[in-house]
Amino acid sequence: MELITPDFGLIFWMTIAFLIVFFILVKFAFPVIGKTLKNREEKITEALEIAERTHEEMKNLQAKNEELLQQAREEREEMLNEARQYRDKIIEEAKVKAKEETDRLVESAKETIENERKAAMTDIKNEIANISIKVAEKILQKELSTDEAQMDYINRIIKEADKQ
Amino acid sequence: MQFKILNGFLMMKNRNFFISLSFLICLLWGATTPAFAETENEEQYNAGETIIEHILDSYDWHIFTWKGHHVSVPLPIIVFNEGKCYTFSSKEFHHNNTYVTVNKTNSEDITFAIPHEGKYKGKVVILNADGTQKRPFDISITKNVCGLFISCTILVVLFLLVAKAYRKRGVKAPKGLQSLFEWLICYVRDDIALKAIDKKHVDRYLPYLITVFFFIFFNNLLGLIPFFPFGANLTGNIAITATLAVLTFLITNLFGNKEYYKDIVNTPGVPWFLKLPIPLMPLIETVGCFTKPVVLAIRLFANITAGHIVVLGFISSIFIVAQISVGGGIGMSVFSLILVIFVDAIELLVAYIQAYVFTLLSALYFGMASKEHHH
Repeated sequence: MELITPDFGLIFWMTIAFLIVFFILVKFAFPVIGKTLKNREEKITEALEIAERTHEEMKNLQAKNEELLQQAREEREEMLNEARQYRDKIIEEAKVKAKEETDRLVESAKETIENERKAAMTDIKNEIANISIKVAEKILQKELSTDEAQMDYINRIIKEADKQ
Repeated sequence: MQFKILNGFLMMKNRNFFISLSFLICLLWGATTPAFAETENEEQYNAGETIIEHILDSYDWHIFTWKGHHVSVPLPIIVFNEGKCYTFSSKEFHHNNTYVTVNKTNSEDITFAIPHEGKYKGKVVILNADGTQKRPFDISITKNVCGLFISCTILVVLFLLVAKAYRKRGVKAPKGLQSLFEWLICYVRDDIALKAIDKKHVDRYLPYLITVFFFIFFNNLLGLIPFFPFGANLTGNIAITATLAVLTFLITNLFGNKEYYKDIVNTPGVPWFLKLPIPLMPLIETVGCFTKPVVLAIRLFANITAGHIVVLGFISSIFIVAQISVGGGIGMSVFSLILVIFVDAIELLVAYIQAYVFTLLSALYFGMASKEHHH
C-alpha cells in the first residue's frame, strides 16, 4: 500500500523543486534557446529565399546571355553575309572594270598597232619609192649615160606610146 | 565517472553505447545485489521485500552492505510537531531505531521512531507514552528528495550550459550536448506541442511541456543507473507523478477558455436527454477532467515501477536459486543477466516513451482546453 500512497514530504519538495527548475529554465534557458532557434529558422528561410532568388536571377541571366549570344551570332552571320556580298560585288566590279580596261587597252593597242602599221607601211612605201627613184635614177643615169642610149630610150617610149 | 557515462549517453555517439550502458547497469545491479543478499544469509532471502525496499523511498541512502555493515548516506530528517520544527540526521536511527530529544513544546522527552510494521511502516513517527504512534508533519530530505535535488541540479546545469552554447554559437549549427537538446526541444515543440495545440497558444504551454518532458526523461534515465547518487526511483513514485499530473490538471483548467467549460456543461453532439433531466454527460465530462490526471500519474508510475520490479525480479531469482544450490545460482545468473540486459534495453526505450506519452497527453489536454472552434 505504501507504494501507491503519495508521501506528503515528497510532494512538497517535488513541487518546490519542479517550480524552481521551471522558473530557472523559463528565465535563463528557454528565452535564449527559443530566440536563437527562431533567429536561425528565419536566417535559414532567408538564406533559402536568397538562394531561390539568386537561382532565378541566374536563370534569367543565363537566358539573357543566351539571347545575347544568339543575337550576336545572328549579327555576325549578317555581317559575314554582307561582307561576302560586298566582296562578291567588289570582285564582280573589279572583274568588269578589268575587262573593260583590258578591252580598252587591247582596243587602243590594236589601234596603235594599226596606226603604227599604217605609218610603217607609209614609211616603207615612201622608202621603197625613194629607193626605187634612187635605183631608177641610178639605172637611168647608167643607161642614159650616152646620147645614143638616151635617144634609143626616147624612141622606145615613143614606140610604146604609139602602140597604145 | 557517472556524469561521464550520462554525458556519453546523452551524446549518443554510437548505438553500441545503448547496449554497453545496459550491460553496465546489469553488471552493477549484479554487483550491488549480492551485498545485501549476504547479510540476509542467516535468514531466508525475501525477494519481495528486497524489491519493494529498492523501489520505495527511505530516510537514508543505502549504497551497499559489506560484511553485515550497511554503508549508507544519512539524510536530514525534518519534521514538524505542534508547530515546532525538529531536524536531525537519519543516522540517529541506526542504533535502536529510536531517537529521543527534547520536546520543544513542553521541554519533556519526545521519541521519534521508524516502525517496521503497522500503519506507519517505514515512516518517522512520534512514539507517545501510551505506545500509540503519531505521524508528524514530515518534510524530510529522503532518498527520493535527495535524488530529486540531484537530478534537478543536473537538469538545470545542463540546460544552462546549452543556453550558454546558444548564446555563444548564435545561429550557427548546434554542437555536442546542444544538438541533443535541440533535437529533443524541437521534437517536443514540433511533434508534440504544435500537433496538439493551436499555433497561437503554443507559446503559453511550451515551457511547461519542455520542462516536464526533460524532467521525466531525465529521472527515468537516472533511475536506471543503479549507484549513488543516482538510482532513486523518482518517476516510479506516485507522489512525483501525482505532482506532475496535478500541475498538468491545474494548467489545463486554469488556462481553459470559455468554450472548454461550455463543452463540459453542455456537451455538443450528444442527445438532449443525456443532459437535461439528469445531467449525465456533464457529470461524465466533469469526472473525466479529474480522471485524466489520475491516469497520467498512474501510467507513468506503473510503467517505471514495473520496469524496476522486473529487473530486480530477475536479479533476485539468482539468489533464490543460489540458496538452493550454488551451481544453480551461477547458471541462473547467466540466464538472468541476459534477461536483465534485455529488460534494461527496453527500459531505456520506456524511459523515452513514457516521457513522450506524458508530454503528449498533457499537450492534448492543453490543446483541448485552449481550442477555439465554432459549432
